[in-house]
Amino acid sequence: MEIRSMHFKANAATALANPVLQGNLRTSKGKFVDKRRAAIADFQAEGGDFEALREAGRDLRNRVLENLDLWLEKFESTATARGAAVLWAKDGAEICRHVIDIGKRHGVTKAVKSKSMLSEEAGLNQALEAAGIQPVETDLGEYILQINDNEPPSHIIAPVVHKGLDEVADLFARVHRKPRKTGIPELTREAREVLRSHFLTAEMGISGGNFLVAETGSVALVTNEGNGRMVTTLPRVHVVITGIEKVIPTLEDLALLLRLLPRSATGQHISNYVSLLTGVKQPDEHDGPEHLYFILVDNGRAGLVGSEFQDMLRCIRCGACMNHCPVYQTIGGHAYGWVYPGPMGSVLTPLYTGIENAIDLPHAATLCNQCGVVCPVKIPLPELLRKLREKQVEQRLRPLGERLALKAWAWVASKPKLYALGTRIGVRYLDWLAGGGKAIRVLGVVPAWTEGRDFPAPEGKTFRELYARRQKP
Amino acid sequence: MSSRDDILGRVRAGIGRAPGNAAAGRTAIEATLAARRQGPRPAVADDLLASFKAKSEALATTVDIVDDQARVPAAVARYLAERSLPTEVVGWPALESQPWRDAGIAFAGRGAVDADLVGITGCHCAIAETATLMLLSGPDTPASVSLLPETHIAIVDASRIVPAMEDAWRLLRAEPGGLPRAVNFISGPSRTGDIEQTIVLGAHGPYRVHLVLVKSGEIDRLK
Repeated sequence: MEIRSMHFKANAATALANPVLQGNLRTSKGKFVDKRRAAIADFQAEGGDFEALREAGRDLRNRVLENLDLWLEKFESTATARGAAVLWAKDGAEICRHVIDIGKRHGVTKAVKSKSMLSEEAGLNQALEAAGIQPVETDLGEYILQINDNEPPSHIIAPVVHKGLDEVADLFARVHRKPRKTGIPELTREAREVLRSHFLTAEMGISGGNFLVAETGSVALVTNEGNGRMVTTLPRVHVVITGIEKVIPTLEDLALLLRLLPRSATGQHISNYVSLLTGVKQPDEHDGPEHLYFILVDNGRAGLVGSEFQDMLRCIRCGACMNHCPVYQTIGGHAYGWVYPGPMGSVLTPLYTGIENAIDLPHAATLCNQCGVVCPVKIPLPELLRKLREKQVEQRLRPLGERLALKAWAWVASKPKLYALGTRIGVRYLDWLAGGGKAIRVLGVVPAWTEGRDFPAPEGKTFRELYARRQKP
Repeated sequence: MSSRDDILGRVRAGIGRAPGNAAAGRTAIEATLAARRQGPRPAVADDLLASFKAKSEALATTVDIVDDQARVPAAVARYLAERSLPTEVVGWPALESQPWRDAGIAFAGRGAVDADLVGITGCHCAIAETATLMLLSGPDTPASVSLLPETHIAIVDASRIVPAMEDAWRLLRAEPGGLPRAVNFISGPSRTGDIEQTIVLGAHGPYRVHLVLVKSGEIDRLK
């Protein structure tokens, strides 16, 4: 997918000025938050300990990362033993090459897809179309985006959270050439009927993978709609595209992560469908693919192993961090400019696409730590965002004005008398701006800061002045 | 260099893998596989059947309880009549020998096709913690039967209700057959919340899931 993260500020300004988007964000605001809170309260009421569960999830994911090379080799051998082919892809272009090769080998003209963020990373749909294979997204949200000129998703589990019912109704009426429906059940039924015929005729199914189980060589797929099951049951070829960090040791580990993922994502105790898929259809079986391929993808992940950003590889893609992020809730997901929005996206985008391509993202956070508190595998997201800011300074990627200002501040701060004089002047200037009140309406040097809020006025004198007065007898 | 070697090479470099510590790593992963470490879980309900039923209903699944296996076809016929659903059904070949015809049901034991409106399956076991059915695919238990029809009816032996998913894996390992191509965990009807986060049932899979729970007097066996 094309990276537009360098335009974050302009994208965010556009999002803030878009009344339809703001209305839709208000409609959805807090829904996931409330559902998650209720699901965790239920879990606690049944004698569960969600905090202990998060710690166990963190430890499990860390254990895998300690020996990730060996777990991947283990998975490769167990999956191959069950008749799957395991392929590796360094980047998005290699994902596309693999999928197109597989498609051509098996005479595929149409591929039905269950949601895969890696497919978005790779821009797979465009590549398939160019190769003469028709890709059909089957997750309702992803389908809506695809028929709307391949609009990018704005959320990793609720891809059309930025759209209202009216927009979807207009879109369906236009694309399906049917009378406009206004009810959500009727629109869902219409999509079901359109997509059912695609499920029945596609030769290839493409899915992501929530987890790879090393013990058994299986992929675990979690969906509510059942499209994940369709895609992996009906076509004769199934291709799984997943990141190398998704491997877990055992089926017991899957049970643990399945207590964390749905509760953190949608506030469900369990998602409607969880499928554990292993190997190919047996000769006397009615359903299932005859050919199964795993594409294990790097695209930036291997570089994080052993780095100060390794914690990010624990991510299980639940979306809780964005649901709880005040910045995401205000601007929506598109402004972030790549596949992953919100706090996890602000960490992943610079790491996967280049720190210089997403300069503003590590700053698109208040560091309030809501994301860190809700993360099911305890990724210290604010700390990682801060480290990325440090990297920008180390690599001299910050604007010249900011660098000079910090240099000037450092110079002044290392000279106590000058610093004291500076703060005395500063406090009196701010006091004057406040006009004796408690708030400053327009901050003289950076008026943009006070466009949407007031700046609190200082309480009279500087700390040093007050301290000096207390020392006097 | 192949992409495989390149990716694994960079992972090894990040980990600090050296000939000296590869054996220790292998020992560690074999120990992890053997340990099958379990995470924390909620307490087990006193009455698995009651808990399973209540949680199923919370997922919009309907539940009927019958005393023994012989009453299953009549219970299914009753449900179909109440909902004005067709009596031509597709079902697992494994269930074909039940006296369906006596209850007025035309039962076709095979994999499902698009035109099938009602699908009848059994299940390998059921999980009380989340009201989840565990279905194993196979020649006599095709996965499509629980997926393509608009109505899915599952017959659940109450003695096969286990507390948690870990117990389901334990049963799967203990019993003959091994891990099938597809293990499908099903918790209620298919649903989506993609449009305005409003939940709608029947996205791609069944609109309705109905359970016929068969009591067999040994409900406490697996506690």
